[in-house]
Amino acid sequence: MESIAWMAWTLPTAIFFALLACTLGVMTWLAAVYPEAERVGVLTIPTTRGDRLFISLVLAAVIHLVWIGLVGTDPIFTLPIGEGVEVSSLWLATVISLLSAVAIFRTV
Amino acid sequence: MDKTVNQKAWFLVLPVFLVVAFSAVIPLMTVVNYSMQDTFGNNQFFWNGVGWFKELLDPSTDLGGRFLASLGRNLLFSAIILAIEVPLGIVVALSMPREGWSVAACLVILALPLLIPWNVVGTIWQIFGRPDIGLLGYVLNHLGFDYNYVSNDVDAWVTVIVMDVWHWTSLVALLCYAGLKSIPDAYYQAAQIDGASRWAVFKAIQLPKMNRVLLIAVLLRFMDSFMIYTEPFVVTGGGPGNSTTFVSIELVKIALGQFDLGKAAALSLVYNLIILIVCWVFYTVMTNAGTDRPAKEGVA
Repeated sequence: MESIAWMAWTLPTAIFFALLACTLGVMTWLAAVYPEAERVGVLTIPTTRGDRLFISLVLAAVIHLVWIGLVGTDPIFTLPIGEGVEVSSLWLATVISLLSAVAIFRTV
Repeated sequence: MDKTVNQKAWFLVLPVFLVVAFSAVIPLMTVVNYSMQDTFGNNQFFWNGVGWFKELLDPSTDLGGRFLASLGRNLLFSAIILAIEVPLGIVVALSMPREGWSVAACLVILALPLLIPWNVVGTIWQIFGRPDIGLLGYVLNHLGFDYNYVSNDVDAWVTVIVMDVWHWTSLVALLCYAGLKSIPDAYYQAAQIDGASRWAVFKAIQLPKMNRVLLIAVLLRFMDSFMIYTEPFVVTGGGPGNSTTFVSIELVKIALGQFDLGKAAALSLVYNLIILIVCWVFYTVMTNAGTDRPAKEGVA
């Protein structure tokens, strides 16, 4: 591990990238098993599942940044685990991102 | 039916995959890791969560103030150079000869500034504008203008903008010229029969026919000016004060000057996101502008 110490891996970022890699893997598998045609949605541009995933991810990044900038990351409640785990309000942005991703996959 | 899919072709993608992994994916992952931590060097990192992003997006902090100010300057710079270069490029393209040896001469002269490396352009203008030995600075000062790009904000801005216009208007002009060349003579003949004025020809024939190349020109110039680093860095070094410090100059100051890897990583991720979004819009508009879909034609 000494050789990649400069990459400064942490558990949360590793989980994030692992989830991202899984998503891409699943999308690749879907594309191979259930091929699909482009369709034109509310943006009036032809999109595939990959395009919609890309738009969802970019939008999720924007939503999180706007949330950090405007609302902040104060804890909203504490989970009763051990000495109590504080849950940041940023998770609400994550929920909004997931909902927007669902909307994008259905309408764009 | 014969099987036309050859799965072995996937191996041909391997080199690209490796290049992208090492040039883009691994560095990007590292930047994401850095943006969540703080370091004092020696590969020792301390978890900071989204702290740097909070600071970056809060104008009252040092980092946020610098980022938002440089972003504002960068957008203003892009707006100004687009407002100058696009109309100027169109005028240059319209006044270029259509045939004969002079076409080649014009094209070569126009292409010259595009071939000069950025830091050479910066050095040329840095010396050109000096009040003591530079032709431009010396002449302006002797004509009675108090011109000094090292000490005056407005002079520094004018220098950087004129330099960019000098460097890149040819690109817009060449793209527009290519667009103009593709208009068949029949259009002009029809306009002549109708007795159309020069302005009517421009508005009804030339501008609509140039609109795709103009779109490319605007987006290319926007992206380039939004990422500008070398030229203003060589000429003004971001000064006087911070008046010509654009986002990329600020980023390098934070990352390499102060060695604040966490702050710089957060800044570059947000910067990257802005560029990613603009690129996506660029790509989408470009790939869809030429397609004639029934749905779109109905609207038009």
